[in-house]
Amino acid sequence: MSKLSQKHLLGIKDISREDIELIFETADNFKEVINRPIKKVPSLRDVTIANVFFENSTRTRLSFELAQKRLSADVINFSASNSSVKKGETLLDTVNNILAMKVDMIVMRHASPGAPHYLAKHINANIVNAGDGTHEHPTQALLDAFSIREKLGSLVGKKIAIIGDILHSRVALSNIFALQKLGAKVMVCGPPTLLPKFIKHLGVEVELDVQKALQWCDVANVLRIQLERQQIKYFPSLREYSLYYGITKKTLDNLKKQIVIMHPGPINRGVELSSDAADSEHSIILDQVENGVAVRMAVLYLLAGRTS
Amino acid sequence: MQKKLILDSDLLDITISRLCQQLIERHGNFSETVIIGMQPRGIHLAEIIHARLQKDTKKEIPLGYLDATFYRDDFRRREIPAKANETRIDFIIEGKRVVLVDDVLFTGRTIRAAMDAMIAFGRPAKVELLVLIDRKYTRELPVAADYVGKAVNTLTSQRVLVELEAQGHKQNKIWLVNKD
Repeated sequence: MSKLSQKHLLGIKDISREDIELIFETADNFKEVINRPIKKVPSLRDVTIANVFFENSTRTRLSFELAQKRLSADVINFSASNSSVKKGETLLDTVNNILAMKVDMIVMRHASPGAPHYLAKHINANIVNAGDGTHEHPTQALLDAFSIREKLGSLVGKKIAIIGDILHSRVALSNIFALQKLGAKVMVCGPPTLLPKFIKHLGVEVELDVQKALQWCDVANVLRIQLERQQIKYFPSLREYSLYYGITKKTLDNLKKQIVIMHPGPINRGVELSSDAADSEHSIILDQVENGVAVRMAVLYLLAGRTS
Repeated sequence: MQKKLILDSDLLDITISRLCQQLIERHGNFSETVIIGMQPRGIHLAEIIHARLQKDTKKEIPLGYLDATFYRDDFRRREIPAKANETRIDFIIEGKRVVLVDDVLFTGRTIRAAMDAMIAFGRPAKVELLVLIDRKYTRELPVAADYVGKAVNTLTSQRVLVELEAQGHKQNKIWLVNKD
């Protein structure tokens, strides 16, 4: 089967293991393409894609745009900060206006969880969720899992610890779904205030001690402390967080095994991850960025090719 | 489903020998020649021909695999997107004489896509096409093969089925199949 089961990529929760594997196999091919002297293929030359970002982003947006251009799609960019959204236009109106210009796909980031799901009910274009609030960030989870698969061969039985701010993290939730669907064991680790109350019900292990989590895991996916989402104090100070949960080269060297360090970016250097750890041989952070383009090319290609 | 045998194992062997001889005749010592098999079904034939040429000429000839999926012109025009396969070209094709190998030449669209895909790796001095089965009068583009195993009159409603031992079949056999 070479067709995704879904018309949209709204979240990892909605897609199957077969879908994820198809995306990975296609991404393998695109990774080869983006390492050629001529990095562009004409597949999406009659497809127009709008990148609609109601929330800030550097990496995800660049990565999507590059993926679209490598596939020869026509791209328009929209960000809420300099648009009519400021004048009070509704989400549906904004998107319908964009679609009236004959756009085939929408890549959307929004601060409200469920915003892309709402759109999917009302419009015809394919939608890719590029992050909806604290809910899901499916392409990040796909590229994380793809990078682990590339490094370790397979995810079956592998132990992945997600460390940091689980409460506000859409990356954590999408990662948990993706990793579990691919047969990995998942642990979340962080201060109790940053762990959602019922996270155990997702079938993950919960650990409060970062040392124990590192001892347990094969891969540590370290999340960013989202300073912009901390309206109330979840921990006394950044220094204290760094002291108890920050990962340094020394902590990694003291483990009696090799583990892989990942981070979805942007890194708060010296908070959740020290510079020497982020730049060490344990880290595959830059591989994640490279794989991000290949994985997003695969997602766009497979969604665009799915004619209904 | 009606099936008619076009080539059996022995005939196929003779045909491949002839194709190899023709290649040797035109390419001499193969110093500037590379062989590229088309994914997914041309690679087995390319491997067979490559192995035989290396044996006969005692020369190292580069062999690559090319996948043209991302260059196809029927993307979004078919129900299910074509599945991509591995492209592996570990050598420079700039200035080389490329022999493209595929099993069946039908509409010519795959070959058009393949030439597009190949250009992403450089500018070959010359490109030739070798096919095992040439389906006559079915072309939708002006594409012709330089080396033809067997030319066959077919209807659009028919299909050519290539079964090779390299693909896990018991015997090398090539069939013409009526679709209904």
